[in-house]
Amino acid sequence: MAQAHDHSELFPEVMPPEPEKATLEGKNKFFGIWFFLGGETVLFASLFGVYLALKNSTAGGPSSQELFGLGLVFIMTMLLLTSSLTSVYAMYHMRNNDFKKMYLWLGITGLLGIGFLACEIYEFAHYITDYGFTFRSSAFGSAFYALVGFHGGHVLFGICWLTTLLIRNAKRGLNLYNAPKFNTFSIYWHFIDVVWVFIFSVVYLMGKVG
Amino acid sequence: MATTVAAKRSFWEFIWDYLTTVDHKKIAHLYLAGGGFFFILGGIEALIIRIQLIKPENDFISAGLYNEMITMHGTTMIFLAAMPIIVGLMNAIMPLQIGARDVAFPFLNALSFWLFFFGGLLLNLSFLFGGAPDAGWTSYASLSMDSPGHGIDYYIAGLQIAGAGTLMTGINFIATIVTMRAPGMTYMRMPLFTWATFVTSVLILFAFPPLTINLFLLMFDRMFGTAFFNVALGGNQVIYQHLFWIFGHPEVYILILPMFGVFSEIFATFSRKRLFGYTAMVFATMLIAFLGFMVWAHHMFTVGLGPVANAIFAVGTMAIAVPTGIKIFNWLLTMWGGQVTINSAMLWALGFIPTFTIGGMTGVMLGSNVADYQYHDSYFVVGHFHYVIVGGTVFGIFAALHYWWPKMFGRVLNETLGKLTFWPFFIGVHLTFFVQHLLGLMGMPRRYWVFLEDQSLDLGNLISTIGAFLMGVGAIIFVINIIVSAFGEKAAADPWDGRTLEWAVSSPAPYYNFAQLPLVRGLDPLWIEKMEGNGKIPAAEPLGDVHMPNGSIIPFLMSIGFFISGFGFIYQTDNVYWYLALYGGLAFSIALMIIRSVKDDYGYYIPKEELEKALEGEAK
Amino acid sequence: MTDTKVNNMSKESFRRQKSREEMQKQLISFGLMIVLTLVAFAVVAMDTFHKGFVIPFLFLMAIVQAGFQFYYFMHLKERGTGMAALLIYGGVWAAFLTLAGLIVISWW
Repeated sequence: MAQAHDHSELFPEVMPPEPEKATLEGKNKFFGIWFFLGGETVLFASLFGVYLALKNSTAGGPSSQELFGLGLVFIMTMLLLTSSLTSVYAMYHMRNNDFKKMYLWLGITGLLGIGFLACEIYEFAHYITDYGFTFRSSAFGSAFYALVGFHGGHVLFGICWLTTLLIRNAKRGLNLYNAPKFNTFSIYWHFIDVVWVFIFSVVYLMGKVG
Repeated sequence: MATTVAAKRSFWEFIWDYLTTVDHKKIAHLYLAGGGFFFILGGIEALIIRIQLIKPENDFISAGLYNEMITMHGTTMIFLAAMPIIVGLMNAIMPLQIGARDVAFPFLNALSFWLFFFGGLLLNLSFLFGGAPDAGWTSYASLSMDSPGHGIDYYIAGLQIAGAGTLMTGINFIATIVTMRAPGMTYMRMPLFTWATFVTSVLILFAFPPLTINLFLLMFDRMFGTAFFNVALGGNQVIYQHLFWIFGHPEVYILILPMFGVFSEIFATFSRKRLFGYTAMVFATMLIAFLGFMVWAHHMFTVGLGPVANAIFAVGTMAIAVPTGIKIFNWLLTMWGGQVTINSAMLWALGFIPTFTIGGMTGVMLGSNVADYQYHDSYFVVGHFHYVIVGGTVFGIFAALHYWWPKMFGRVLNETLGKLTFWPFFIGVHLTFFVQHLLGLMGMPRRYWVFLEDQSLDLGNLISTIGAFLMGVGAIIFVINIIVSAFGEKAAADPWDGRTLEWAVSSPAPYYNFAQLPLVRGLDPLWIEKMEGNGKIPAAEPLGDVHMPNGSIIPFLMSIGFFISGFGFIYQTDNVYWYLALYGGLAFSIALMIIRSVKDDYGYYIPKEELEKALEGEAK
Repeated sequence: MTDTKVNNMSKESFRRQKSREEMQKQLISFGLMIVLTLVAFAVVAMDTFHKGFVIPFLFLMAIVQAGFQFYYFMHLKERGTGMAALLIYGGVWAAFLTLAGLIVISWW
């Protein structure tokens, strides 16, 4: 009869230099998330394409120049950019096997993400109540909310993911089983930031220019 | 009494085993069974279409039902029959060919299957609940926006769920090939079928997201009142066409490239020769995929993109003929001077070459944008794509099934019945679809419910219908072959004197695939060992405990959650109570996702002693 | 045995040194990203430049920033990430085609 294997190879006394890629599962997760992001690139490109094709179809409603203000977008950009840096810090401490510091920086990353999301909700509410600009009011409205909302949905998903990870692993320390999980999240989070860079450039700044 | 209880119990154990399996070989069985089931459904729909068109002004089915038939035939055959069967073949063979013990993400692999299955089920349940989708397999926003009832909603929800599964499969296969090749298995030593799997998976990865977005846009417009395709509010329906074909054109290469891989294996094995021009074949595969991404607008020549855009896409389209031609000539030259054995698998491969070449030629004709204005939406187009999809993909599927059946199920298919499958099917294909080119040139439009008498369309349509029934006869003989062979002898490990790694393990392969990871010394590793070694693949590692993933019921349950939520999406426009199903299903699936990520799953180990015993048994 | 231990420790301190240098580079790239963002916002806020300049300029700023994210923050310049980069570039190519299709040849 098969006796239980203790899986001790996942809990080494000295962590290898790249714990996130030390096991085959870790390597698979690393490549898997990157390939997924390759697909996400096309997903967001489709939404950007739809937005750019429809951005002047306002059907008599407010145009992008009337709607967008740069102040809030700048704050949102700074929040998300900083959260990208904090998640880099978290991975730096993971590679140094400093579990507590990694948790601290991941926690900050999550809080910044929540701040971003709060700004976005405020922004949408502002457009809806003050301008009557909704998902249904024009093709421009549909395309705007679809693109920015899809990104917001990704941020929300990332926050939920991070919360689950942090709660689950709070008492176990770093090992070769959970290191790839943190790294996978971090790569995903950076990608969300990359998408936002294009959203603030293409949607807001170019929308302001006209 | 006691025996029936025992038999019953083992039956439920068998079912439970397949519901929870994460083994790539069992998932392949599931894919083949699911795809085969939908293939039969799609085939019946095809026969109903042909019966309706057997004579002028026929009234076998109503016009509305006819629209549902053509829509469901196309959608079912492409998304629910051809693709799953292809994915099943890849699942069964690709890990064996690269010397891996499973795919990179076994859990996701199971989830992919169940998402496909429940997506397909959802789509087909529309027949029972008030009418199937009826806007054609492309479901252009102009038609689908105005289609009453819930048919199109089923199309959206079903394809969205099945499509998510396919995307995961794509990622899974790419990761498998990148990280899990056996020692010595460099990229340029991979068999052509594995290469095709790799390139196809890349196509899936980049082609499915536009479809996902397109279905979302259609869903928002139909169910939540947005304005993407609503012209009155500034919407643009050409966006739908672009996004659909940015997905749709790579999709046809997703269907054909794996079959190019299959034929490359079969020609090499049954000519007892190394594949001619291996490197050229690999690069031709990549080139086809690359060019295939850049030609989608040739489906839209008559939309009015302008002569410059049309000309660019016409030239791009014709360019694809070059790498495809390289492949055809390489297959011919593989046979040239080889010791050719003609059996059922080889017959399908041989039948493929002329059939597919005709389809390719009409493809170049259609690719000429000036001529396309004449062919567009006529039966010429129908004839063309059936020549490539049936002559390429379906022939390829039959060839692959005959070739790999022993490896997948442990039985060799009966040769006589195999040949009896081929001939009626082959003749049927040409009878059915060749005349359709002529019908198209005479002006018969596609998707029309009836045609009028004495417009020189009568005879052609009659011949086409007869051909369709001949194909049905071939398919039935294949089913008989499966049943007959199930009672036949057990297959040897290497019944065809094969060249690649999958023939080095027993038939069917043990659940851990390789007791020791194989050491690969070159292209066609098994053949090298037969010629230069002792006929056995050398091991790359000492015998030790083998790590295996645990099975799980979660993929099955998670897919049920999405399935229920799909109904919620479809019917929430009628009654707000359906939001319960929508959110309930989603919440159930998300809860399962959380359980999956929170519960540690280290897998288990097969102890060395068990492997030793198995190896001894094999040696005897 | 002690030799290997010492060896391991020196390896570890070397790795930490490398990793600290890496972190400095990442901080610099973060600074550059902030600068790029400020420049992009400033160009729009000033409202003095011609549209034909601003739009390509904004695109360029965004692409450079994305490059920093990918190569520094997401460690795409490390060894053994070739396939990941290849598939991202494939995605970018498909994205470019999609955008071209929807922007340039959508017919109104």
